[in-house]
Amino acid sequence: MTTDYKPAIHFNHVDYSINDNQILRGITGSFPEGKITTLVGPSGAGKTTLLKLCNGLLSPESGEIYIKDKQINSFEPVELRRKVGIALQSAPMVSGTVYRNLALPVELRGEKYDKKEAENLLRDVGLGEKFLDRKVTDLSGGQRQKVSIARTLVNKPEILLLDEITSSLDRTSLKEVEELITLINQKYGTTIIWITHNLQQALDIGDFTWVMMDGEVVETGESDLLRAPSNDRVKSFVQGGAQ
Amino acid sequence: MTYLTLSITLIFVVIPLVLSKTLNLGLERDTIIATVRSIIQLLLVGFILKFVFDSESLLYIFLMVTLMIVAATHNARNKGASIKGITWKVAITLIFVEVLTQGILIGLNITPPTAQYIISISGMVIGNSMVLSILFLNRFTSEVESHQDETELVLSLGGTPKQAIHNQLINSIKASMIPTIESQKTVGLVQLPGMMSGQIIAGADPIQAVQFQLLIMFLLLTTASVTSVMLGFLSYPTLFNQRMQLIQKS
Repeated sequence: MTTDYKPAIHFNHVDYSINDNQILRGITGSFPEGKITTLVGPSGAGKTTLLKLCNGLLSPESGEIYIKDKQINSFEPVELRRKVGIALQSAPMVSGTVYRNLALPVELRGEKYDKKEAENLLRDVGLGEKFLDRKVTDLSGGQRQKVSIARTLVNKPEILLLDEITSSLDRTSLKEVEELITLINQKYGTTIIWITHNLQQALDIGDFTWVMMDGEVVETGESDLLRAPSNDRVKSFVQGGAQ
Repeated sequence: MTYLTLSITLIFVVIPLVLSKTLNLGLERDTIIATVRSIIQLLLVGFILKFVFDSESLLYIFLMVTLMIVAATHNARNKGASIKGITWKVAITLIFVEVLTQGILIGLNITPPTAQYIISISGMVIGNSMVLSILFLNRFTSEVESHQDETELVLSLGGTPKQAIHNQLINSIKASMIPTIESQKTVGLVQLPGMMSGQIIAGADPIQAVQFQLLIMFLLLTTASVTSVMLGFLSYPTLFNQRMQLIQKS
């Protein structure tokens, strides 16, 4: 499926394990540039580990990863992580206000973040500017997720990795975030890799889908594959609904 | 004090033994072991110190201080077992603190370069540095573990390992220094320091004893800050690899 598109990220026989626990096995394939690819599969399939490999938070045990044709290790870690942004599933926050969290990526570069920009970003993710001075401890799960997404966007990444960012959002917020991510993809051509347990979401917003199970990619293709998978394990996963 | 008088002070050991037995605390055995060990260890140290003070040999002073550093390192390193190379990091910290404090004291003519002063002050400095190392390592390892998400977040946004661990490092340094600072705030009001009391009992002028106690307290402030800051900055890089990744434990 990906051969017709220029790859944003390409994996070549990537393995990853911690101690004797094999997390990823022989991952080979590409995420097309400028497209939205969803990663689906049961818990423990290795999806989050795959995203962390792309952002350089982890390195493969063997195999190669290329970011736009360049070997991942040829990037300085800091440069790579600004280019390939990740919104983590747990939406961790540094203590203090929403502004402090939004300013974090800029302050890490030794610069100051303009409050006006922070307010605009908050509006983009469906939170008003009134949230700017709110303490992160007073935010709901969904609001934390939105702040986490906004904070990842501050670095203006070329590739955006999203780890179950809508899992704790209500229906309205979920639609807002889906629209925002689609808009970013269309407006800036940002490549999106999105882990979701919501198969309907994968069908609605994803151009392509990777189905992962037990550390392997078992089926890939356009998102419609989820309507009629060819692999028996994927069929049973899809029929059972996402877990 | 005669040995006969000293033996009468064992009454203070009998009281906790009787309480333990009456209330079934089960501390009799440990109390007896602690008493016997402290008698043997302190008498032994007393004889060794007398020998070293009489000889005024630089070699013996060096050996005594080395022994203190080795024992303190051995004691403190267990708390930071998860940090690679912790034994050397603790040892280097203790050596640095000892050299720094003695350098200032002797270099500025504050105390004379005799065995009596060097060994007594080194004991307090190294002992305090050891306790600080244990407090720091205890707090730092638990901070790193409980704030792994925050560390990973800063790294994922393009932060360096130093930026990613900054909050945990500062919290641990502050937490380990607080007991030293707090105990100094109440000194003289709540408790009289053991060293000062000892000097007064031995017949020293109280003002002289206070002056010397102040010197030791200021010294311990430096010891506390230098120990935790130095150990912190030596320890945190070992939590990351060359690709600025948090080293995975399991």
